[in-house]
Amino acid sequence: MSAIHLHFDVPGDDFTRAGEASGSTKKRLKALGYDSDAIRRVAIAMYEAEINMVIHANGGYCDVDVYPDRVEILLADDGPGIEDIDKAMQEGYSTAPDNVRSLGFGAGMGLPNIKKYSDEMRIDTKLGIGTKLYLTIKVH
Amino acid sequence: MSTYFHSVTLQPNLCCGCTNCLKRCPTEAIRVHEGKAHILRQRCIDCGECIRNCPHHAKKALSSTMEEIENYKIKVALPAPALFGQFNNLDNIDIVLSGLISIGFDYVFEVSRAAELVSDATRKLISQGKLNLPVISSACPAVVRLIKIRFPELCDNVMPLLAPMEVAARIARKEVKDKTGASDEDIGVFFITPCAAKYTEILSPSVGSKSACNGAIAISHIYPELTSAMEHLKVIEPLSNSGLIGVGWSISGGESAAMLGEKYLAADGIENVIRVLEELEDDHIHDVDFIELNACSGGCVGGVLNVENPYVAQARIQNLRKYLPISLNHLDEKDLPNMLLDGELKFDSSIFSLDTDINKAIEKMTKMEEILKGLPGLDCGSCGAPSCRAMAEDIVQNHAKETDCIFKLKAKIQKVYDQLKDTI
Repeated sequence: MSAIHLHFDVPGDDFTRAGEASGSTKKRLKALGYDSDAIRRVAIAMYEAEINMVIHANGGYCDVDVYPDRVEILLADDGPGIEDIDKAMQEGYSTAPDNVRSLGFGAGMGLPNIKKYSDEMRIDTKLGIGTKLYLTIKVH
Repeated sequence: MSTYFHSVTLQPNLCCGCTNCLKRCPTEAIRVHEGKAHILRQRCIDCGECIRNCPHHAKKALSSTMEEIENYKIKVALPAPALFGQFNNLDNIDIVLSGLISIGFDYVFEVSRAAELVSDATRKLISQGKLNLPVISSACPAVVRLIKIRFPELCDNVMPLLAPMEVAARIARKEVKDKTGASDEDIGVFFITPCAAKYTEILSPSVGSKSACNGAIAISHIYPELTSAMEHLKVIEPLSNSGLIGVGWSISGGESAAMLGEKYLAADGIENVIRVLEELEDDHIHDVDFIELNACSGGCVGGVLNVENPYVAQARIQNLRKYLPISLNHLDEKDLPNMLLDGELKFDSSIFSLDTDINKAIEKMTKMEEILKGLPGLDCGSCGAPSCRAMAEDIVQNHAKETDCIFKLKAKIQKVYDQLKDTI
């Protein structure tokens, strides 16, 4: 089956550039005439994940594969890893530092939102090594 | 009328094929071929950016002329509130309205009156919880068209109410009919317009099929005759019937202020509007119930068919508002159904997608990315497309060829030259 592969580097510590990968992916999906609800879910989930990488892991990279019926996304960083995934999945739980919260981020909605908007989500995380987040968003 | 009627048109004799309009078009709707600009009709939203930016005045907005009103027995003028910002030291709207009567209209109905009704209706619909929040104003036709071709997920957020121009036209038509017994064909209703998109909206509405307006006359067209008439008025008739809320609609933030609440956002200028729509689509805008978007900087006073600098006009409107009551038009709840859009705003997916078949679209995009890697990435516009990416898309869609890029052409010539050199 045909697919489009996209790769993005997500720079750390630069909020003004967070959202470039999701924005760029959204543009391409629109040009493909992709299902609009799926585009919206990809854009929201990816943006949250990008912000997470910027806040917690000093950036990373992102690989996107677009298939006619689904979008598969890998977001990988070599940050500190997630200590307690169950807690991180709770709405309102956040380990974001105060300076980030003052910008309106760190409301503890990142992972819960990503899960809400994706059809499949898998987290591989190792403390001190990094986190890999695999997302699949299907055309419903 | 064709689906893609446009007010914005090119005058080929004045176009020198430069890249000014090409680079500023927010929907990438312009290509330059063989030394002349061409407007891709299905992509144009009539925002007027190209008219504003063309140094050769090669772009113009079609609109009605004063001669056209002579086709009707009863001539009705619907002045946009932006008109009131065009005159120096104006402290009484009746002078403008009486001026319109003296240049040939039989009846005037201020669009600001309808704006007050639309504001009232919007507040009611929001408080009744009947709208998808945040609701986006439907008043700016260029914005509505932009959403229709680029923002599928936001079509349902557009306010389901007619724009004030259309509400005004319907009320005025009915009033004239009731008063005179005239038939619809005998009544000519003309919007006095600050922008091109309104004329397009009359001839080819984005929702529904028929406007109650017969045409739109540019403020700039009527201005010389009107100012002269205003100076020679014998009587100033008490015709005005709108308050500061309605008149304020002509400036960015005015429609929001009419919401009488705090949870609103107002953006103006087409690039800013696009940024807000992108953010809204990505669910990044919270705590806002109402979104006012104006394609022109400054709001309707920034429209390309005005005479005065938008910010001067804005200052004048603010000054004029000082003398006005808050609002003089209030909605009778039973009239609300008459103000609703004639149908749903439907997304047109065909405009920006590479192909209707997703597999073919993916193939085309793969090819496009490959072509893009080989282009210089300068976005210079010399090929006639606004960017290298747009050029790659045009090549994939067979609307352009790689050697339209002067850098590609140069490399090809160099290659041929090198080959010939070796054979000699």
